[in-house]
Amino acid sequence: MLTKHEKELIAKIWDKMIPVASDIGAECLLRMMTTFPGTKTYFAHLDIRPGSPHLRSHGKKIVLAIAECSKDISSMMVTLAPLQTLHAYKLRIDPCNFKLLCHCILVTLAAHMGDEFNPVAHAAMDKYLSAFAAVLAEKYR
Amino acid sequence: MVQWTDFERQTIQSIFGKMDYDDVGPAALSRCLVVYPWTQRYFGNFGNLYNAAAIQGNPKVAAHGKTVLHGLVRAVKNMDDIKTTYAELSVLHSEKLRVDPDNFRLLADCLTIVVAARMGADFTADVQGAFQKFLAVVVSSLGRQYH
Repeated sequence: MLTKHEKELIAKIWDKMIPVASDIGAECLLRMMTTFPGTKTYFAHLDIRPGSPHLRSHGKKIVLAIAECSKDISSMMVTLAPLQTLHAYKLRIDPCNFKLLCHCILVTLAAHMGDEFNPVAHAAMDKYLSAFAAVLAEKYR
Repeated sequence: MVQWTDFERQTIQSIFGKMDYDDVGPAALSRCLVVYPWTQRYFGNFGNLYNAAAIQGNPKVAAHGKTVLHGLVRAVKNMDDIKTTYAELSVLHSEKLRVDPDNFRLLADCLTIVVAARMGADFTADVQGAFQKFLAVVVSSLGRQYH
């Protein structure tokens, strides 16, 4: 359940991430693969060394999708429909991994925003990312 | 037994050596109570936990946050046998306090985010990996005596 204030806060934060989407995205992925090595199994086809162009371009896709969705959170089911299909039928990433990436996104935001990523912002962001992950997994079965 | 690399040992000692426990402890606990409000169930006698501002200003939350973080120091000093170090604390949390062990993970996640916010760019992916490995061992040890 997100309040109007929380939705605005979330949109504002992601808006700032759009110009640095490759940096932020690559960092989130690197954090996830370092802390949770099991997640590396999904990237056997990419060069996942720190700074690699694959990591940056893949990270950018993820950040831009999350940012785009944050502009109109109530329409999440519609906006994410193509990504739902992709994840369910093609990528088939075990949904438990969404939680791991979400956590690393929160850590990345905290490292970049410092005190500005206060408990209220953290709570709002955690709720948004959890909802995003749940919608992504909707078509799995 | 947990195998620690030199990098992991140094990272943990360095982070906790430089940490202001009286700042980070209260910040982590209050963040946990705000982000995961169901954790408030264990703090019925703490007074006003009505909203984020009340929680962050609550002196009992602050005091307990300090207690918890000082408790972590014992693991920092005994990295090679955290399991034994925390055996009694695990029994306490299971039999007396009756805390759902999943909450240890929630608090660990909040602590990670507080440390990330304090350290900024110095909290690199490798440092995060070491820190979370340490917390995972702590969380597992605290959950071991639940039967």
